[in-house]
Amino acid sequence: MTDLLELDGVSRRFGGLLAVDNVSFRLKCEGITALVGPNGAGKTTCFNLIAGALPPTQGSIRFGGEIISGFPAEDICRLGIGRTFQVVRPMRDMTVLENVMIGAFSWTRKVSEARDAAREALDMVGLGPKADAAISKLTLPDRKMLETAKALSTRPRLLLLDEVMAGLRPPEAAAVVAVLRRLAERGLSILLVEHVMRIVMEAAEHVIVLHHGAKIAEGTPRYIVSHPEVVAGYLGEGFSA
Amino acid sequence: MLTLWGNVLASGILMGLVYGIIALGLTIIFGVIRIVNFAHGAMVVFGLYVGYCAGAWWGIPTIVAAVSAGALLFVFGYGLETLVVKRFVTRPHHIQFILFIGISLVLSGAQLIAFGPDPRPSVSHLSFETIALGPIRLDLARLQAATVAAVMILALAAFLKYSTFGRFIRAAADNRLGGLMVGLPIPKIYAMTFGIGAACAGVAGALISPLFDAQPFLAVDFTLLAFVTVIVGGLGSFVGALVGGLTIGLTEAVAALLFAPSLKSALSYGLLMIVLIVRPRGFFGAKET
Amino acid sequence: MQKKRDALPDRGAVIGCLAGFAVLAMLGGVLNSHLISLLTIVFLFTFIGQSWSIMLGLGGQLSIGHALFVGIGAYSVAVLDIRYGLSPWFGLVVGMALAAIVGATLAWLSFRFEVRGIYFALLTIAAAEFARVVFSGWEFVGAMQGLFFPAHSGPNSFWMLRGDARFYYFVSLAAVLLGVSATALIRQSFLGYVWRAMRDDEDASRALGVRTFLHKILVVSFSGAWAAIGGGLLALVQGSVFPDSIMGMGISVDILVGPIVGGLGTAFGPLIGTLITLPLDHLASAIGNKFGIPGLNNVGYGLALIAVVWLLPDGIWPAIVNSAKSITRFSWFGNLRMEQVKK
Repeated sequence: MTDLLELDGVSRRFGGLLAVDNVSFRLKCEGITALVGPNGAGKTTCFNLIAGALPPTQGSIRFGGEIISGFPAEDICRLGIGRTFQVVRPMRDMTVLENVMIGAFSWTRKVSEARDAAREALDMVGLGPKADAAISKLTLPDRKMLETAKALSTRPRLLLLDEVMAGLRPPEAAAVVAVLRRLAERGLSILLVEHVMRIVMEAAEHVIVLHHGAKIAEGTPRYIVSHPEVVAGYLGEGFSA
Repeated sequence: MLTLWGNVLASGILMGLVYGIIALGLTIIFGVIRIVNFAHGAMVVFGLYVGYCAGAWWGIPTIVAAVSAGALLFVFGYGLETLVVKRFVTRPHHIQFILFIGISLVLSGAQLIAFGPDPRPSVSHLSFETIALGPIRLDLARLQAATVAAVMILALAAFLKYSTFGRFIRAAADNRLGGLMVGLPIPKIYAMTFGIGAACAGVAGALISPLFDAQPFLAVDFTLLAFVTVIVGGLGSFVGALVGGLTIGLTEAVAALLFAPSLKSALSYGLLMIVLIVRPRGFFGAKET
Repeated sequence: MQKKRDALPDRGAVIGCLAGFAVLAMLGGVLNSHLISLLTIVFLFTFIGQSWSIMLGLGGQLSIGHALFVGIGAYSVAVLDIRYGLSPWFGLVVGMALAAIVGATLAWLSFRFEVRGIYFALLTIAAAEFARVVFSGWEFVGAMQGLFFPAHSGPNSFWMLRGDARFYYFVSLAAVLLGVSATALIRQSFLGYVWRAMRDDEDASRALGVRTFLHKILVVSFSGAWAAIGGGLLALVQGSVFPDSIMGMGISVDILVGPIVGGLGTAFGPLIGTLITLPLDHLASAIGNKFGIPGLNNVGYGLALIAVVWLLPDGIWPAIVNSAKSITRFSWFGNLRMEQVKK
């Protein structure tokens, strides 16, 4: 069976800066994978390369066996990759429900179908009751889940989450992890970009570590936590799992 | 034949310098405040009327009229920015547009009330004289306008480059947020900038009053002219405004010669469209951050 | 439960709307010819303003050169009718098609090269002015002298779209009604959602699968075609076309004042706005002339415009709606709520 997502020798240069340096990895279907690294490691750039916000300078990205590198964001979305934005970007003058409906229009033209799909997506992330609220009434965790619901309504096979835990307090983050687990159980593959390691340990089955743009380790959470390069470069001495 | 072309090109260059100063006013305002002054043409016409009054009523030489127009419009611009425009700096473009249309209408209306709709020809002792430069005859009125414009452009450039406040203005144009953080007096900078921009328009208007009859309806034409010039040269670029001015001055002169004079602006607008499509930032403009 | 709430405001709004139009229709029978003519122009500018309002209010694209499309429509009808005797209906269709093509081309050229925001607006001005100057020198369309429709005598003809002032009143009123319906329908369709998302945040909407490049072209071309119909009707009502009037900056500005004052992107905003601004302008002009002070209308109008954008940033209609909401605590008008267009 082809891998869901495959990065092969992907690099991205910004002028003199090599933000992503010859990164390769494969994601199988299902499960939650985390892409981690300290700030500046290149994870967000990598994320944007997969999502089609930027083209790679070198290398190729395949989704379900097909090349997607260099494709525009809207086409990548329609091929089955949904993404959230780190800085939450709701469409301000529409209700929560209407925001989520937009994604559904990538696979239907019918407003009623889009509405139903939006409700489903909101229920999946636990925002069902707030469907008709105005955006201004939402708390930060709610906005994060709104972003997730928006991406979900596009009916993705792979969901890319950009620092969805940032700014959340531990109980809020735990609630998000629970939502992600539920989604993963239903067959959705998730790629999380995070730098809060504790969350990553709980949520992810597979972890990829970037540092200075290059991949330095890959494996289960327990494996990478004891990996010497990771410990040295990222966690610092004295981290106890 | 060569003489004809020579005259046409010379005339184009001279007008180009005047267009340059009109454009400078507009581009400074955009470069620093990032707002498009759609009332610029009305301010040029204001200067035109000052020039008319100076020449026809009081016999004051054009240069003095230009300086007074500049001073008056500086004060007007400064005040306008402080009281009104600054509230609109973060508003959407279409709202800003209506604001300036409103300002332009008020200015034109005031001019109509004061002077009536009939064109007021300017009587300048220079109006019909020419001097010869080799085979080329230069229109003295145009030469005067261009020379004064050139002097003012140099003065403005020196101000921006060497004076403290000039440096503030350039800094604010470069990086507003950074400027705020290092303590630049942004409100004052904006007010000064708008004042300078308006003054440029006024000076230009007064300088060309020997060449144009003063009419309130010219405001739109001048605004459009300022746009074409600024965009071709590069919105927000000092040098661009000058290059744009010369380009448009020459383009118009050539077009008037080759095609019917009524079509001369078609070439300018065509050029504008091409620039907007292919390289919207013009020859010298910076990329939008 | 939800479905019921959706239906109720729609019904109330529709009834209120139809009642309003019925009143206007009745007025058509009784008012004197001066007011009839004025209102006809108001309606036509409203109709064109609706097209402009859709382009910005829904699609997020600002046009300050809409006269380009108005002129294309006007000249299509004029040339085909006056020179070739073809029915204005034909002219309207041709005008629509031409405007759609021109709009799509302009949009394609600029968005392809990433021209955005204020630069696109300036491009629309450039295109309109370019067209105006070209038409001023083009003999085939009458150049500066323009084209004149022969005076109409005899019965009103629907098929040839010729008639007296009252006839055009009803035609324009019908156009406005059509425009209001079309705006409401679009807003509720998938286009309405997708366009608004594109307007609010282009990158985010692309990440959600919206083909923004195509949609931007679509909204510009659709708006252009709509404006062209208005232009064709305007030509018939005015009885003549000149490049400086029908393709000039004056038209571009007059079109957009109504929707901004009334309320951008709403179904009724353009109507309310134009109903207020256009007669106000005429009134100010009349007062000015009566007292021998030309230009007073410009000053007054200019001050009024500044006041509106200063004090009522969303326009008059949403302000009315919001105060009505707080008074009556009903949300009948909820669907017609204004949306803020961000920079």
